[in-house]
Amino acid sequence: MTEQAHRIELTVNGTLHVADAPARRLLSDFLRHDLGLTGTHVGCEHGVCGCCTVLLDGEPVRSCLTFAVTVTGRAVTTVEGLAAPDGTMSPVQRAFQKCHALQCGFCTPGFLCTVTALLRDTPHPTEEEVIEGISGNLCRCTGYQNIVKAVHRAAALIAEEAR
Amino acid sequence: MSTRIFGEGIARREDPRLLTGQGRYLDDLGRDALAAAFVRSPHAHARIIDIDVTGALDVEGLVAVYTWEDLPGRVAEPLPLLIPHPALTHGRTGYALARDTVRHVGEPVVMVVARDRYLAEDAAERVRVEYETLPPVVGVEAAERAEHLVHDDVPGNVGAVLRQETGDVEAALAAAPHVLEFRLDIERSAATPLEGRGVHARWDADDGSLRVHSSTQTATSVRAAIAVKLGLPQGKVEVVAPDVGGGFGVKIVHPWPEEVLVPWAARLLGREVKWTEDRREHFVAAAHERAQVQHVRVGFDGAGRVLALDVRILHDHGAYTPYGVIIPIVTSTQLLGPYKIGVYRAEVVSLYTTTLIVTPYRGAGRPQGVFCMERTMDRIAAHLGRDRAGVRAANLIGPDEFPYDQGLTFQDGRPLIYDSGDYPALLAKVTDLIGWDGFPALKEAAAAEGRRIGIGLACYVEGTGVGPYEGGHVEIDSSGRVHVATGLTSQGQGHQTVFAQIAAAELGVPVEDVHVVTGDTRRFGYAVGTFASRAAVMSGNAIALACRRVRAKALRIAGEALEADPSDLDITDGVVHVRGDRSSGIPLRTVSVLSNPLRYAFDEQTALATQFAVGGPDTEPPVPHGEEPGLEGRDYYSPVRSTFAAGMHAAIVETDPDTAEIRVLRYAVVHDCGRLINPLVVEGQIHGGVAQGIGGALYERMAYDESGQLLNASFMDFLMPYATEVPRVETDHLETPSPLNPLGIKGAGEAGVIPVSAVIAAAVEDAEGIAITAMPLSPDALFRLRRTQPGALPPSDVGR
Repeated sequence: MTEQAHRIELTVNGTLHVADAPARRLLSDFLRHDLGLTGTHVGCEHGVCGCCTVLLDGEPVRSCLTFAVTVTGRAVTTVEGLAAPDGTMSPVQRAFQKCHALQCGFCTPGFLCTVTALLRDTPHPTEEEVIEGISGNLCRCTGYQNIVKAVHRAAALIAEEAR
Repeated sequence: MSTRIFGEGIARREDPRLLTGQGRYLDDLGRDALAAAFVRSPHAHARIIDIDVTGALDVEGLVAVYTWEDLPGRVAEPLPLLIPHPALTHGRTGYALARDTVRHVGEPVVMVVARDRYLAEDAAERVRVEYETLPPVVGVEAAERAEHLVHDDVPGNVGAVLRQETGDVEAALAAAPHVLEFRLDIERSAATPLEGRGVHARWDADDGSLRVHSSTQTATSVRAAIAVKLGLPQGKVEVVAPDVGGGFGVKIVHPWPEEVLVPWAARLLGREVKWTEDRREHFVAAAHERAQVQHVRVGFDGAGRVLALDVRILHDHGAYTPYGVIIPIVTSTQLLGPYKIGVYRAEVVSLYTTTLIVTPYRGAGRPQGVFCMERTMDRIAAHLGRDRAGVRAANLIGPDEFPYDQGLTFQDGRPLIYDSGDYPALLAKVTDLIGWDGFPALKEAAAAEGRRIGIGLACYVEGTGVGPYEGGHVEIDSSGRVHVATGLTSQGQGHQTVFAQIAAAELGVPVEDVHVVTGDTRRFGYAVGTFASRAAVMSGNAIALACRRVRAKALRIAGEALEADPSDLDITDGVVHVRGDRSSGIPLRTVSVLSNPLRYAFDEQTALATQFAVGGPDTEPPVPHGEEPGLEGRDYYSPVRSTFAAGMHAAIVETDPDTAEIRVLRYAVVHDCGRLINPLVVEGQIHGGVAQGIGGALYERMAYDESGQLLNASFMDFLMPYATEVPRVETDHLETPSPLNPLGIKGAGEAGVIPVSAVIAAAVEDAEGIAITAMPLSPDALFRLRRTQPGALPPSDVGR
């Protein structure tokens, strides 16, 4: 029994990667184990926890529910691609540190990707919009309170830096 | 303390790495490792008749398949019983791979190793195991009836009977003016960290040594266990806890079957082997907690003072008892909370069931004990028609009564003596914060609008910082960097920050210069582990003591160089100087160089310490008698007994008159964990604890059916709260320093979760006027309660 491999061409964080993988290879495993980008985490493998959230052409998706072969030719942003090229953390990343919005850090990459897209689409979210916006991601450490605070702070930082 | 860094809410040092995807969790390691997968029992109780692996052999990439019969020597023996106790008369543990009987769904039966995890699972799927099913035993009451046995040689399914008493409780009950008797139920829940367990092992055949990474709460003890199991000297085994994606207690259990088998297979195969637990495995093969049935008898006077309390608890410990009777001990001792109880007796019967093992999950038996005591306080208040806060106040230990001896034995084997606290002050703060006295008016106004709201309150005392010890090693190198190591592990508590704050304050150096390593046996070999809210107390104090040694040595060396009396010296921003005079001084990096007399130089700094550069009398050895080279120090902190943190929570809930949905409108926490090292981190611990408590109170349960199948073994069905379910937590602190340790600190890790079920039950009871005796409480359970007990709160099953 030899599995057929498929050529996958995927732009990840601005760099084109070409690799062969079986059709059943999950995007999360492809990123982590084939490309070595282990910042994307896998918490449940059934699409509930949100740890594996990445941006696919800018939109948040569960990489554990996505086969890598189905996204060939497209562009993915992972947590490794959120900081500026010079390494400066993005406003969302900085706000998470400032507000103590992470503890063990395992769910954090998923939250960061989700919030990055949320604030791009809704730059000035209300409290309800923030809570709704992160309601697809589980965190077992923080109780979410500081994550909510961090989203508001990130929104303020983005607005400030756009001025 | 020479700087104010201790007590500051500084941002965490570990965050930039974790925020940019540079964390290193277990599954991020060993990219080329072989992958292990396990065939696990689909039955709750069965005899293994036959295992046929031939189907698996066709899978391309298969490397090995192992059953119990393949295991040699100690690998084939039962796993260790970690904490023996005289009350645990019938302790039993499982095997790394099931020998001939399985006793819970998820028990490992066959190990498969293949080129990657996909292929390992393909092969595991093709292994055929033939079972003869045996009768399941599900739930403590079935266990107690003992119509069927979980272990043939354990009569009545009783693993342990733990009794503690402070006097003649029957006489005290007989003499009490009022007596109530009732039953309480708590269901199973689990820690459920977002990263499951995992092990990676690499055998170095040339060196005869093993390096193991495990997502564990105790690296040193995993090392000891692996060394024993594999017959290796401890010095040939290194265990490292990498970044750990949450623990909450479940990862203190060790050695897991996988922690023995993966290193064993790595040595046998001469290849790196890795196993990463998946979510379903975590539900059925890690550990659960909480489930108890409690029978309470309480005698009290007209003021609500408890004169006699008798509790009999049935505790479900699952199929095996690797962690002994720690949860029964904690429940039955911490049940007493901040109260003076006339006469107390507790009997915990710890029972085998054919379900997953039960070991500590954040709170570790305390949520159940607090539920019992706080429900009792509310019952007393209802019976007497008194204010619930007032009844509690009547029973509190006074601030001038410390140290307070409860007359029992705690989980460290030491007397249950509370070190310090101010419980009336906590009660005043929490009732102020939630607006206790003004609530009746709010409730009335809500009722006028057809809304049901209720208020609840619960108190706890938490024994934290249990021994036996932790250690710290501190070294200042010739660049001025301060390297701190401690053996216990981290799972998100911010140790790299708070331990750096302690070291910076003790040494007088910038916190940025301090670098902390935890959970790595290569850096520190003696440790116990991270559990029982002990890390800050134990390692924090050990690191402080080690820093004090280093500081004394630095002042001694600098004193010689500056021709000053060391007692006149201070250290500021990493420079040793005469106190009050910073114009001249000597940086710690130079002191470090001077501490290590050299023959060879490597740079300008080290040239200062070579033999022709250093002066000094010819009659003295370069390293003085009683000294060691290097600016480093090691020390240990080993307490006589635990410290006792305390807190009180209060909540206002609203219940929907039609759907019985329960909403938490406000949640208030006051908390006393002694001196705060970093308030930001402490608040974070409280928020997270409360969120887990809300999960345990309203959503999370392990739904075993009567055949012992776990029906909700996924995040689709086991309902962990999202941001939409967790209330905003309002906090206030009190700081009564512990007199037991140099830093005056107590632990904070578990506190948030402990009283939540009791608070929510009390608040819903207040909103509904229906007795709440079981947790968790879902809307459908509340809906059913409304139909079965409409009207007033029944005072108790038996009362006078």
